[in-house]
Amino acid sequence: MVALSDYLIFSAILFTLSMAGIFLNRKNVIILLMSIELMLLAVNTNLVAFSYFLNDISGQIFVFFILTVAAAEAAIGLAIIVLVFRNRKSINVDDLGSLKG
Amino acid sequence: MNFVIPDFTPAVPEMVLLALASFILIADTFWSERYKYATYYATQASLVIVGLLILFSFTSETAVTFNESFVRDAFADVLKLFIILVSIGVFLFSKEYLQNHDFYKGEFFTLGLFAILGMFVMVSAYNFITLFVGLEIMSLAMYAMIAMQRDSAKATEAAMKYFVLGALATGLLLYGLSMIYGATGTLTIPEVKAVIEAGKANSTVLAFGVVFIVIGLGFKLGAVPFHMWVPDVYDGAPTAVTLFIAAAPKIAAFAIVYRLLVDGMPGLVVDWQQLLIIMAILSMVIGTVIALAQTNFKRLLAYSGIAHIGFLLLGFIAATPEGYSAAMFYVLVYAITSVAAFGMILALGRKGMEFDQIKDFAGLNKRNPWLAAMMLIIMFSMAGVPPFIGFYAKLVVLEEVIAAGFTWLAIIGVVTAIAGAFYYLRVIKVMYFDAPEQDTPLPASTRELSVGVSVYSLSLLVLGIMPAWLMAVAYNSLLM
Repeated sequence: MVALSDYLIFSAILFTLSMAGIFLNRKNVIILLMSIELMLLAVNTNLVAFSYFLNDISGQIFVFFILTVAAAEAAIGLAIIVLVFRNRKSINVDDLGSLKG
Repeated sequence: MNFVIPDFTPAVPEMVLLALASFILIADTFWSERYKYATYYATQASLVIVGLLILFSFTSETAVTFNESFVRDAFADVLKLFIILVSIGVFLFSKEYLQNHDFYKGEFFTLGLFAILGMFVMVSAYNFITLFVGLEIMSLAMYAMIAMQRDSAKATEAAMKYFVLGALATGLLLYGLSMIYGATGTLTIPEVKAVIEAGKANSTVLAFGVVFIVIGLGFKLGAVPFHMWVPDVYDGAPTAVTLFIAAAPKIAAFAIVYRLLVDGMPGLVVDWQQLLIIMAILSMVIGTVIALAQTNFKRLLAYSGIAHIGFLLLGFIAATPEGYSAAMFYVLVYAITSVAAFGMILALGRKGMEFDQIKDFAGLNKRNPWLAAMMLIIMFSMAGVPPFIGFYAKLVVLEEVIAAGFTWLAIIGVVTAIAGAFYYLRVIKVMYFDAPEQDTPLPASTRELSVGVSVYSLSLLVLGIMPAWLMAVAYNSLLM
């Protein structure tokens, strides 16, 4: 039997990985998008695990909403990446530094 | 399980707004060819309709519907009315700018309406799901609005930054919410409160959740140390969009902070109060210090906005009903002031002349004395000089934080406010005493804009002379 704490540790690891992906990544904006998705999936794991162990369905309903919104968010994110690429011919994170001060 | 039809009446303003926004979205495809301004006028008309609808059905009773996921109370109604009031100004000022910069498109207005719908849902959220959905409706519309100027490298970069940090903030907030759900077993805000107060929840998990929620909210508010996106986005986005994201979303962000921390977790006040104290001090100090070094007016307003958020948090730190209403009063005043300030940039700007550098204001008094006087009012109000309304906003917040026993925090607030007055006064000095580059008169780009900016600026003075009315609104909506 997998205990609740195992799920929580698993989702905490996913969450930490995604944070590291966002802050350490200096190469590609697409990796940022992947990290954001991973972060939302960590949240979903958390919610489903709690929902199962609490015998309460509302957590799983929340997961549906998060998944749907994540899809919309990815669509907008990719659209913005396309625009950035058109303007700069690059999607390197390091090249996104013209706004400073 | 039997299905009960929920009571729709409390959500009528949102439904009407959704219907009108969807209608305008479709109608715009036909209108845009023949009637250029039809979408603009339809947008303003829908805002007025929804505003009147709220005004005429205003009650001080609390109505909860949709299985306790949506609430309509005096607090929600007042904030929604102010969101509308501020947004009408935003669209009024944006029209000319969009036209001059060749991206006048109906999408700006429909996206704006959907963002306002999201803010309404946030303000009325009584359940974590509603809150999250409202937040995302607003954020997704705003990401798209920033990226609307498609050929601008600056705007798309700002959109990218806002998108990544906004999504990160949502992720952090959700992680915190999932922890609270795990500890309390419910997603409904009043039930969360009841479970926490009964002492049935695991306090470690709760504390963990509160930390993530406060960090997520800090990102959304733009409080230090989660403020990196604010100046970049304000600077990079087209000024019309900056105006939009600087005003009404702050009211909505205030609302979710209130719903989550005060409505939902008053039992954990010790936990979130400490975090807010750190954020408030850092925001006031860093916002003020960095603003001193700015030469770009939009960035100056961004950093001054960060300092204002620090003051707003002081009201939450007081953790009394009076403190929260002081914070509410502060956010309403801030929203009106920032509409006036960004509206001024839009009124004076031209194609090829953004008017977003402080040196652009040099000698404005000689070129346009009336608007220079209006700018004087805005700057004095932001600095907190009596008799303008910004003074009372700062005064009530400081009063409440002292009443709650944080005198040292109030002293930091006063010191930063005085230091902050320096950069507002510098703008005034540039306007009145520096020699202009050109002596030609500089009328506002349209008469409409000149009148609009004057109305918003003079309201700062009028409200400052008679602050009791707005204060009573903020107090009554929370204390009833």
